Amino acid sequence: MAGTALRGRLTWLAGEVAALIDEAPGVRSLVLEVPGWPGHRPGQHVDVRLTAEDGYQAQRSYSIAAPADGERVILTVERLDDGEVSPYLVDELRPGDEIELRGPIGGWFVWEPALGGPLQLVAGGSGVVPLMAMLRARAAAGTAVPARLLLSSRSLEEIIYREELAALEGRADGLRVTYALTRTQPPGWTGYRRRVDREMLAEEVWPPGERPHCFVCGPTGLVEAAASAMVGLGHEPGRVKTERFGPMGGS
Amino acid sequence: MSDDAHVDGNAAGGMLAEAFGADMTAVRGCCAGCGAVNPIASLITYTRAPGAVLRCPGCGIVMLVAVAMPGGVRVSVAALRWLEPVAG
Repeated sequence: MAGTALRGRLTWLAGEVAALIDEAPGVRSLVLEVPGWPGHRPGQHVDVRLTAEDGYQAQRSYSIAAPADGERVILTVERLDDGEVSPYLVDELRPGDEIELRGPIGGWFVWEPALGGPLQLVAGGSGVVPLMAMLRARAAAGTAVPARLLLSSRSLEEIIYREELAALEGRADGLRVTYALTRTQPPGWTGYRRRVDREMLAEEVWPPGERPHCFVCGPTGLVEAAASAMVGLGHEPGRVKTERFGPMGGS
Repeated sequence: MSDDAHVDGNAAGGMLAEAFGADMTAVRGCCAGCGAVNPIASLITYTRAPGAVLRCPGCGIVMLVAVAMPGGVRVSVAALRWLEPVAG
């Protein structure tokens, strides 16, 4: 009875750090083993809670970076230098440590292969994290749902998952990845050299007539500029789903 | 809407799920101020307070306030005409 009543309720679970992966400067993936984890859908996030020795608690939300895989949960965290939680997660956490988390959270900013396409992803900086869960789920399902990712980053070095994105694109199964480098570009760079704007979105996003499922994630300013430009280009507001990370940089 | 300090209702998903026992981000709500209908995920949300303040993206009125209390999350329904699940 109690078990039935508690099904679906969020409870804090202990996750043990199984591995840590450096993804980019100041960005690390936490591979967690979470006994009792109920599974999740691509695009969902978790709340992470840290408790100090004096009982002080701090809590933040982090996107899940990979599709469901038993009790394994992968988070990719960007260090915010004035943050309360991310510096610990990125700099201090070691394999074998435990952190508290609860989830999965969010049923709206979700894409699964069964939803079909075309799929349009737009991200700034670490906004790519929940979108990567979608692309990894797409690859794992072996589907050829047409998909495009437009990712804005300050520099080539700061692009998260760059090698894996190249490998996914190399499968030639209908994924196209485009980068906009806003601050520095390597010699010979032929991609975009500016922030995401309406003209870029008109060139890179599926035409509205294709009725793409659009997911936009990143710093608040980028998300709101991109989403309103996409609606202005004719995309249905209900098909442009957004997730704002706040004022941090990264775009 | 003119500042970047806010996030959106996705960030309040955990607190609201704790209060309501279900995901609320995919639930649509009608603003009691202007009548705009938006998913909770799209509400302009401030989480710097000890809790979350969710505003209508249309008119800016405070629609929901969620506060963590010792006994659990308390949700103040400040300006919400109705809620309904998003179809599909």
